[in-house]
Amino acid sequence: MFKQANWNEPIIFNLGRSGRKGHLLPKAEEEIRRAVGELDALIPKHMRREHKPNLPELSEVEVYRHFLRLSEMNYGVDSGFYPLGSCTMKYNPKINEQLANLPTINMVHPYQDASTVQGILEILYRLERMLAEITGTHEVCLQPSAGAHGEFLGTLLMRAYHKKNGEIQQRREIIVPDSAHGTNPASAAMAGFNVVVVPSDSEGCVDLEALKTVVSERTAGLMLTNPNTLGIFEKNIEEIAKIIHEAGGLLYYDGANLNPLLGKVRPGDMGFDIVHMNIHKTFSTPHGGGGPGAGPVGVSKDLARFLPVPRIVFDGNSYRLDYDRPESIGKIRCFYGNVAVLLKAYAYILSLGFEGLKEVAEVSVLNANYLMKKLMEIKGLTLPFNSGKPRKHECVFSAKPLKNETGVSALNIAKRLLDYGLHAPTIYFPLIVEEALMIEPTETFEKEEIDRFVEAMRKICEEAYANPEKTLKAPHNTAILKLDEVKASHPRTMSLSWRMYLKKKV
Amino acid sequence: MVKTLGERSHPYIPNSQPEIKQEMMREIGIKTINELYADIPEKYLLNKPLNLPKALSEFEIKRHIETLLSKNETCSHMPIFLGAGCWPHYVPAVVKEIMQRSELLTSYTPYQPEISQGMLQALFEYQSMICELTAMDVANCSMYDWASALGEAARMAARVTRKNEVLVPQIIHPERTKTLQVYAEPAGIKVVHVAYQKETGLINIEDLKKKISQKTAAVYIENPSYLGFVETQVEEIGEIAHDNKALFIVGVDPTSLGVLKPPGDYGADIVVGEAQPLGNAMNFGGPLLGIFACRDEIGLIRQMPGRIIGLTTTVEGNRHGFCMVLQTREQHIRREKATSNICSNEALCAVASAVYMALLGPEGFRELGETIMLKANYAMKLLSKIEGVKTPVFNSPHFKEFTVNFDGTGLSVKEVHKRLLQRHIHGGKEVSKDFPELGETALYCVTEIHSKEEIERLASALKEVLAKR
Ligand SMILES: Cc1ncc(COP(=O)(O)O)c(C=O)c1O
Repeated sequence: MFKQANWNEPIIFNLGRSGRKGHLLPKAEEEIRRAVGELDALIPKHMRREHKPNLPELSEVEVYRHFLRLSEMNYGVDSGFYPLGSCTMKYNPKINEQLANLPTINMVHPYQDASTVQGILEILYRLERMLAEITGTHEVCLQPSAGAHGEFLGTLLMRAYHKKNGEIQQRREIIVPDSAHGTNPASAAMAGFNVVVVPSDSEGCVDLEALKTVVSERTAGLMLTNPNTLGIFEKNIEEIAKIIHEAGGLLYYDGANLNPLLGKVRPGDMGFDIVHMNIHKTFSTPHGGGGPGAGPVGVSKDLARFLPVPRIVFDGNSYRLDYDRPESIGKIRCFYGNVAVLLKAYAYILSLGFEGLKEVAEVSVLNANYLMKKLMEIKGLTLPFNSGKPRKHECVFSAKPLKNETGVSALNIAKRLLDYGLHAPTIYFPLIVEEALMIEPTETFEKEEIDRFVEAMRKICEEAYANPEKTLKAPHNTAILKLDEVKASHPRTMSLSWRMYLKKKV
Repeated sequence: MVKTLGERSHPYIPNSQPEIKQEMMREIGIKTINELYADIPEKYLLNKPLNLPKALSEFEIKRHIETLLSKNETCSHMPIFLGAGCWPHYVPAVVKEIMQRSELLTSYTPYQPEISQGMLQALFEYQSMICELTAMDVANCSMYDWASALGEAARMAARVTRKNEVLVPQIIHPERTKTLQVYAEPAGIKVVHVAYQKETGLINIEDLKKKISQKTAAVYIENPSYLGFVETQVEEIGEIAHDNKALFIVGVDPTSLGVLKPPGDYGADIVVGEAQPLGNAMNFGGPLLGIFACRDEIGLIRQMPGRIIGLTTTVEGNRHGFCMVLQTREQHIRREKATSNICSNEALCAVASAVYMALLGPEGFRELGETIMLKANYAMKLLSKIEGVKTPVFNSPHFKEFTVNFDGTGLSVKEVHKRLLQRHIHGGKEVSKDFPELGETALYCVTEIHSKEEIERLASALKEVLAKR
């Protein structure tokens, strides 16, 4: 049986001893001190730090051990099955980590003269071209730091486009399906648009009739995930694109679910004008417990002029950064993007080529449909929007029958799965499925591990009918037992930092 | 017909092994995988291979990328005096080791806290140590970078105060201003620049008083400023902001906070900044790590963007633990009404910074600040002796960056830098275009990694290249 390490590791502020040192820094040489004088002479008294920061004082040994123990109380893709739907938790190739840790990238400054950074510029330029080819777009901008950042850029591009056409006052609305990820409406709102929600039909796809009624001369665009968050391909995409384009709107592709389409279908070919990719999903870069990722955006020819500066250009001889783009929207962050992450994606694409990418897509779909088939046999679970159509890279089950019959909810299932040394699926998303379990096996887990998950699901559901207590109280084998999340967010007890905790002493 | 991998199975795709594939297809009841794509309109299915390089072996990839990257010059082979938002600092070995710990590196956002305590605790410790450094009460567990953090701070200030103008200094990173404008404009926020004093670079208080009004949601300053000097009128600026019911936002380079007064001690309501220098490599400018902190005031906390980790207990109440808190601010619950759209952030960089801050401790931060400031001032001292060179342009204390003006040499920054580069030294960032009133000026940066010899080499090289017109 799985048992996660449980070090009961103290908070770092309670470790160490006054006077211990964790790292020796270079010092200013004696001659420098003599030439410049004392620090106090350089800083006016009222601008000096009076009290040292209350940081812990530890030796290097203790710091390393502390964080090593913390890592042992964590679970990653390398630990085992991680079917977090929508997140595409695939294996992160080790060679890519090694390459991204070379000094020839780590120690390169973004403002270096172009002649001294030809290597990295070439890699980024080539990556842009590859991603444009894969998505069927005209130009790609690597700058967004994550998917949501790409969405923000995308909606800003819509803004710029409609502004140029003199229609921004009128086109105030962005349409998103009710199955959309929360970042879609949030990004649209951040770019100053009103959000209009279009419902899904009985097959889990955008309801075409409903779409027609919400589309108007106020429509700036539609944000769509395809396959959508149910793992279902929006089969009416041609019609959808037509409706939006005829109304003068733009079509935005949320690329979180691009994995099953690699080398099979290209968003650009389906009529999407703006496409973001989640490099930390589809292109295998590690998610780092929340980031850093990267969210490049590909656009059609018409929109390329609005992309953030600088653009990487190649004159046949050398690469340089071009800031001379008068119609650019400006910047959404400093510099050129999460370069160390992008480098890993470049290596990943090289390791697969076209055929390999296609294989990624196909096996991700094979795995998802295999898993779905197996789970459909389990009592207590249902597959909403089941029209007999295959899913793509993921499937969304509902644990509603189980909940009604035994009291065991999707949340309880998730917690109990942890006891088996398996990560839980995404739960309670998409919002249109009650007691949702959103499961994405990706192509990088072997059949044996998928079977182990199916077996655990079967046991958990059986246990729910026989003796729900154990599952209701799960997890049992993790580093810590169920947490009081209400207390965590309650204004009276909320402790968002060590100093806040010391003030409140929960 | 497009070829598939055929009989070969790919190392990253265990089920690409043909027999397993067959077995699974049988199980589902299909004969070809394309049946799983049958619902996709035929016209969209690619019927030709994509134009991509052919697949390489691991060794070939390594050689290819190493060869390309070897065309880059690095700060370990050539002294580079660049800063301006991304700084060369040493990353201790322990930090790098922890960053590669697979359980942290390959995990997702800690949605399931019981199995993710390691990440959650590390992020809570990051937040807590950022609070200690900045003297604030609450920090989120990362923004993309300083520039986007500033954009979010302006929007937050507008929500909190229900006003729609932010005042920012004239002297600010041009990319940060651009980003701020892009974040502010759709929210109907106007960005207004406050003039600086010619002599010192500091905020022109008269101009600030003139521009602040009923409409001002926030006053923003940076310390140290973009051009390296320390803004010393902080208390006065904070008071002016607060007297006008505006928030006081301060941007920081955290490497200064062992020696400079932290913004929490001079009335900041929100602190933003760049934590890349705390344990994260430059990587040609990304990933970076945006700091976002504020005071313990529920009206502020509820409007914060980004993920926040909190300390709580188990349901039984017998042990401490950590989980994400106040998620009702965030996009996955609040959707278009969320405080921000941010989802994935820079968590692992925050862990690196946590390790870095723990390694340095209170003494280390004092030493780091001291070393940097002494070395930078030494560099200014040497360079200012060169004929025709004026440094710093502003008569104010400088921390790690400083302006160097070449007007008196008859040469442009570009020409000077070209000649330095021929001597294998990389000069600072040219700022003449962004601040034309400063003439031929560059922004130089010196940190703890620049040795005395390198600084002296810069000085003598400059002397040489300026001697020949
Ligand atoms: C469907 C969908 N869209 C957008 C996003 C946002 O991407 P990111 O977390 O990279 O900002 C996600 C990621 O969770 C997603 O699943």
